[in-house]
Amino acid sequence: MQGMVTELGRDMSSFHTYLVWLITAICLFVLALIVVIVARFNENRNPVPSRTTHNTLLEVAWTIVPVLILVAIAIPSFRLLRQQLITPPADLVVKVTGFSWYWGYEYPADQGGGFKFDSNMVDAKDLKQGQPRLLTVDNEMVVPVGKTVKVQVTAADVLHSFAMPSFGIKVDAIPGRLNETWFRADAEGVYHGQCSELCGNGHPYMPITIRVVSEQQYAAWLTEAKQKFASTDSLAPVKLATAQ
Amino acid sequence: MAHAADAAHADHHDHLPSFWRRWFYSTNHKDIGTLYLIFGFTAGIVGGLLSIGMRLELQEPGLQFFSNPQAFNVFVTGHGLIMVFFMVMPTLIGGFGNWFVPLMIGAPDMAFPRMNNISYWLTVSAFALMLCSLFVEGAPGSLGFGGGWTVYPPLSTAGHPGPALDFGILALHLAGAASILGAINFITTILNMRAPGMTLHKMPLFAWAMLVTAFLLLLSLPVLAGAITMLLTDRNFGTTFFDPSGGGDPVLYQHLFWFFGHPEVYIMILPAFGIVSHIISTFSKKPIFGYLGMAYAMVAIGVVGFVVWAHHMYTVGLSLQTQAYFVFATMVIAVPTGVKIFSWIATMWGGSIKFNAAMQWAVGFVFLFTVGGVTGVVLANAPVDRYMHDTYYVVAHFHYVLSLGAVFVIFAGIYYWFPKMTGYVFPDWIGRLHFWISFIGANVLFFPMHFLGLSGMPRRYADYPDAFAGWNLVSSIGAYIFVAGLFVFIFGVVYAFNRKEKAAGNPWGEGATTLEWTLPSPPPFHQFETLPRIVETGH
Repeated sequence: MQGMVTELGRDMSSFHTYLVWLITAICLFVLALIVVIVARFNENRNPVPSRTTHNTLLEVAWTIVPVLILVAIAIPSFRLLRQQLITPPADLVVKVTGFSWYWGYEYPADQGGGFKFDSNMVDAKDLKQGQPRLLTVDNEMVVPVGKTVKVQVTAADVLHSFAMPSFGIKVDAIPGRLNETWFRADAEGVYHGQCSELCGNGHPYMPITIRVVSEQQYAAWLTEAKQKFASTDSLAPVKLATAQ
Repeated sequence: MAHAADAAHADHHDHLPSFWRRWFYSTNHKDIGTLYLIFGFTAGIVGGLLSIGMRLELQEPGLQFFSNPQAFNVFVTGHGLIMVFFMVMPTLIGGFGNWFVPLMIGAPDMAFPRMNNISYWLTVSAFALMLCSLFVEGAPGSLGFGGGWTVYPPLSTAGHPGPALDFGILALHLAGAASILGAINFITTILNMRAPGMTLHKMPLFAWAMLVTAFLLLLSLPVLAGAITMLLTDRNFGTTFFDPSGGGDPVLYQHLFWFFGHPEVYIMILPAFGIVSHIISTFSKKPIFGYLGMAYAMVAIGVVGFVVWAHHMYTVGLSLQTQAYFVFATMVIAVPTGVKIFSWIATMWGGSIKFNAAMQWAVGFVFLFTVGGVTGVVLANAPVDRYMHDTYYVVAHFHYVLSLGAVFVIFAGIYYWFPKMTGYVFPDWIGRLHFWISFIGANVLFFPMHFLGLSGMPRRYADYPDAFAGWNLVSSIGAYIFVAGLFVFIFGVVYAFNRKEKAAGNPWGEGATTLEWTLPSPPPFHQFETLPRIVETGH
């Protein structure tokens, strides 16, 4: 998985690593049995087949042991599920709307915001040195480091999905529905995700970029954004995607 | 396993129908089975060409072949729909099911031979409609429907105003009707037409697999029909089932679709489970280990398969309790599936195994299905699925269980039953060469997709960030290797028909204990007009 910058993300990644060990062991076990079978029970090595069709102990074991393994998976799984889905008290809320084919971010007035803006992918020809193709946007979503951010997600037209792999979050953007997720990023930096629900021609061209900054930088950005986005017309015409 | 005390043989010299009557008005389960196998292979070529187009595009970052992502996604959608509805299902159910269920249970034909023919021609018509959809407008300014095989609204309603998806919906209606009628046929046949002495608990496992599959088809397809009819009326008649501005909900569609969609994946694999049991038993020269466990594991998979659908919907905003339930229920299915894997292994253990072509494909399946199955267990866990959903990890998972699962068994079944169906020997070295090329190709093609998903590459993307280039190139090369294997297969079929080396009634020896091996190869036009009697041989 990508490196995680949230505790939830790290827990999820560790849980996945634990699962990888388990499933690798199971696959290698099955493979080993097959290798033994090929070596020992081919018709040249073993001309007379056995007639065994039952072994109660074996049949009970291969029912009970998988159940125990599944319980050992379910316990940490349910714990993680609760952590993901029960939103803790939030320091700020950002409302995200999926459009075809870009994202809109709204910062509420009572949290120092009171503006909204669109975040469009930067075309390949307009990229500056070092900016990744298909992941760079004109206006990033900015949040302060170490703060619990509640993200409320909806869509304006068709289904989209708001994903940020390095935070361990993904939630669908559905018209007529307000979905919610949350994160607390503990490292400053710029992080990328991509729309994760097929939405038409511009599906690969609506990335999500979140810039995590210190509290002071966030406060400064809020002031600057209030000015910059004050006159944003949210009814701007739909921007058509162009092939890269 | 039961043995026929009275081996069936051709009763009289059959007067074959004329060519037109025989192949267009067929009421013969073997001929209809053959028609389905040829159809499934043809559709597989079309679906395969679409996938080669996709892998050519994805081989390098940037758009090289497709003018825009919409065109690419039409290929993605066509590939999925064709492989599911027009390749896997017709081959396993229409092809092998029709050919071998009556033979295995000692019946002269299916319960409803004429309805059997209707099912076939409905399927062909459905495919024709599906192909038509590719050539009419879908999204504004482009041809075909590009919303994925799942057809989620609002992309499939507001997003595709042209008639392409209407053709697609009608195609699915016809294909669904064909399968429902086929299900009725299989259930009636299996429950009523088993030869005297063949109780359900003596019935071959492939017949058990087909019985469970038929019930899944019967109960899930009507829900698909409902869902796509609601799409049709939303698109054309002003309803708003899935449109929030009219009080509707896109998530309703997802529930309805996946209530069908999850049993559908078991519909695709259960017949394969049945075939694998036959092949492993035959070439290990041993009866299947734990026959009752195998039969009822399939029943359990079928039943539980109906109550896990929302594991495809973990990111839509379902409640904690709902997600927790579906995590639990989904993981339950791993238990009967594990029973089957271990039972196949226990069948081989102590056997005297001939590793010919059919057996290699079947053993390959046992391992590769395990790999695909365990990534399914990973995905069953909603907390992890949160990361993996709509990434290439999911694409890897389902291609392992389908392309390296169901498709491997299709080839296993072909190599196993080719002599019986055609009366000709298929040179084994060709089947084994085909296996090894396909094994390498398919693994090189699909294993790297786990890495792509883990590093965050979303699915249904025509173009991707440059960081994903490496594994995409590897994957594309794997696809070309797999195609090379297909050429070997086609060569083998042509070669076998040219050589005309005659096959025996039972080319496989003491391990082939089901009734089809008591008949000549190929069987007469009509068989079992005098029913065989099944007696207990005691073991």
